[in-house]
Amino acid sequence: MTTPAPETLAKLTPVLTKRWLSPDAWRIDTYEKLDGYAALRKAIKAHPDDLIQLVKDSGLRGRGGAGFPTGLKWGFIPQGDGKPHYLVVNADEGEPGTCKDLPLMTHDPHSLVEGVIIASYAIRANRAYIYIRGEAVHAARRLRNAVNEAYAKGYLGRDILGSGFDLDLVVHSGAGAYICGEETALLDSLEGFRGQPRLRPPFPATHGLYASPTVVNNVGTIASVPYIVLGGADWWKSMGTEKSAGPMIYSLSGRIVNPGQYECGLGITLRELIELAGGMQPGHNLKFWTPGGSSTPLLTAEHLDVPLDFEGVAAAGSILGTTATQIFSDQDCPVYATYRWLEFYHHESCGKCTPCREGNYWMVRVYRRILAGQGTHEDLDTLLDTCDNILGRSFCGLGDGATSSVTSSLKYFKQDYLDYIEGRTAPKLSDKQLVGAH
Amino acid sequence: MTVFTEETRTRAREIIARYPADRSRSALLPLLHLVQAEEGYVSPAGVAFCAEVLGLNKAQVGAVASFYTMYKRRPTGDYLVSVCTNTMCNVLGGQEVYDTLAEHLGVGHDETTADGKITLEHAECLAACDYGPVMTVNYDFFDGVDPQRAVGVVDELRAGGRPTPSRGARLCTLKEMAIQLAGFADEREGAVADGVPGEPSLRGLRLAQEHGITAPGFDPNTPIRSGQAGDKPAPATPAKAAPTGSTAPDVAAPDRKSPQVRTAETRQPDAKTAVPDAPGTKVPVDGQPPAPGAARAAEAAGEAANKPASDAKPAGDDTGAQERNLKEAESTGGAPESAHDKGAQK
Repeated sequence: MTTPAPETLAKLTPVLTKRWLSPDAWRIDTYEKLDGYAALRKAIKAHPDDLIQLVKDSGLRGRGGAGFPTGLKWGFIPQGDGKPHYLVVNADEGEPGTCKDLPLMTHDPHSLVEGVIIASYAIRANRAYIYIRGEAVHAARRLRNAVNEAYAKGYLGRDILGSGFDLDLVVHSGAGAYICGEETALLDSLEGFRGQPRLRPPFPATHGLYASPTVVNNVGTIASVPYIVLGGADWWKSMGTEKSAGPMIYSLSGRIVNPGQYECGLGITLRELIELAGGMQPGHNLKFWTPGGSSTPLLTAEHLDVPLDFEGVAAAGSILGTTATQIFSDQDCPVYATYRWLEFYHHESCGKCTPCREGNYWMVRVYRRILAGQGTHEDLDTLLDTCDNILGRSFCGLGDGATSSVTSSLKYFKQDYLDYIEGRTAPKLSDKQLVGAH
Repeated sequence: MTVFTEETRTRAREIIARYPADRSRSALLPLLHLVQAEEGYVSPAGVAFCAEVLGLNKAQVGAVASFYTMYKRRPTGDYLVSVCTNTMCNVLGGQEVYDTLAEHLGVGHDETTADGKITLEHAECLAACDYGPVMTVNYDFFDGVDPQRAVGVVDELRAGGRPTPSRGARLCTLKEMAIQLAGFADEREGAVADGVPGEPSLRGLRLAQEHGITAPGFDPNTPIRSGQAGDKPAPATPAKAAPTGSTAPDVAAPDRKSPQVRTAETRQPDAKTAVPDAPGTKVPVDGQPPAPGAARAAEAAGEAANKPASDAKPAGDDTGAQERNLKEAESTGGAPESAHDKGAQK
């Protein structure tokens, strides 16, 4: 393995990941020795409005994919309205490619708990929930343990650290539905309903959980808060780019030598990330990749130097999303990859909106036909037409996300489709799968 | 019909107590995990139990239970083996792992071996792409598996052994896992401490440490700037919680209300607004109801405008038919009145 160049190494900014190598950082005693709960002690002496201003000043943007300014979101909560306020942490990590929140909650659960307490204090919420993906059992084990420890130490419950502020925190396990990562579907699920998205407006800031003002934030967003409270907004902005401030955990997977989590300032390029990850695997050349999970349009080797921040990726025609870079080589087929993603969207569509439910159902079938060597040229038009009818025509972004890989793979790799249709590529699916596939 | 144990009932009460008193429906997902912990799946009895303790009806509970993948609708084995076959794991070999296991165990997706040990399923992204291809046993991870290793794991499970996951705690049965999913602590001694961190999660950090790199300029004593509000002391209690544990004042005590009314009220922004779908509630009507004849006329107009094709195929199924329809529409001179009259005479 070649060592990355010093200037590339200097792009690493371990902040949220910095305790992961410390054994037992998930225990409260160890966590407290590593700056733990120092941010809470500092924050609880400040006025809640100053904390909201601090987060606004830091330029922190949501880490769950949309990149909405966090301080602005907190500021939308009407104050003095006499209604209970809620903080809900979206820990329903499930976007294909994304794998940053689970290790965070497993290795450093207290940083999330501390962030929850500070954020709840800022928005004046006395109840907070962490909605964690059901399958994430080990992360939930550590998180529940952390919450119990925090109660025992007086960081949660009544009159936290003598401030008069009360907070109850519940870790709520989901039950295996990707759609519950969508914030309004998550709220419905948390209320005990099927997880289906709501029509907006009204937005969760005024009518969220139990029709009360609610902030829904991603794990990475909330876990960033203690560091901003300690280090200040200016320090936070010293990392990343002007409009996309701070560090971000990039999740690299696929055909590279060392897949894994690399925390760098926003705006690093894929070329640099691949260098950090020890390069491409021998015999593999980069062919296509997702900048932020399967719901973001594919990029190619042409885009190696695109700055991976919210603006840079948007300018290249894709979305930063969750910075889950799945890296595929010339030995992987973009048509098959897209087909597998569509199987996912078809399975995970909640069924509420017809375009998403039916569109994904049929697109999967078209892909199976193409991959079985029975596709026609018309099928490609059908796919694009179907995408047109899904994009922007559903309550939430799941359907939009499903079209991303279809339209982008057709844009960059039409030849790969034609090779199946015109018989130059051997069929990847058999007729048997075509009939009886699940 | 299964009668749930007193322990389960006690646990159900504990679960409900986690949520605001008038928002008990929030307890439904953990309660479904709880009944699954006793029976291994969500049976009709489990649905009835949840409905009973929450004051819902069985249809409401069933609708939720059938929505989520993790609630199983048939008895499961002691171990749920899930193989990721989503794109990344798939191209790295996950499909081969799944196919091999399906053949080796002689079961398909969501099916259980005859000895009741193993339920197999293919899963969509398990959020461990940097460890791919992965499989989980009762949701704890086995990383970087190949067909041989996967077969080794299931054989050991069937022989009564408990292979150690790559990360996470030592294995328990699926029923024991469901207790944790219902929100109860893992009570096995040391289980929370189990598991070493996986190398991929640490790679970036290790690289930084090896080269002495930290995020620069971090001073934990940086003061928080205070605005105007900061000149005054912080308010003693921002919106203090009621001592009962309930923070939501709106919806009144649920006992005598029908489940439909409670459901609707829970979802209403303002609990005082009328509930349209509750039995016995007057539904406000917008303006005058349409005259009885209007519906027939509209129906006839629609019928005339969408003539069925003579060969019993729906019109518009092919481009030819669409063109014919267009021509027909043009030749009638775009006079909807005439079509209307014609239809009304029928």
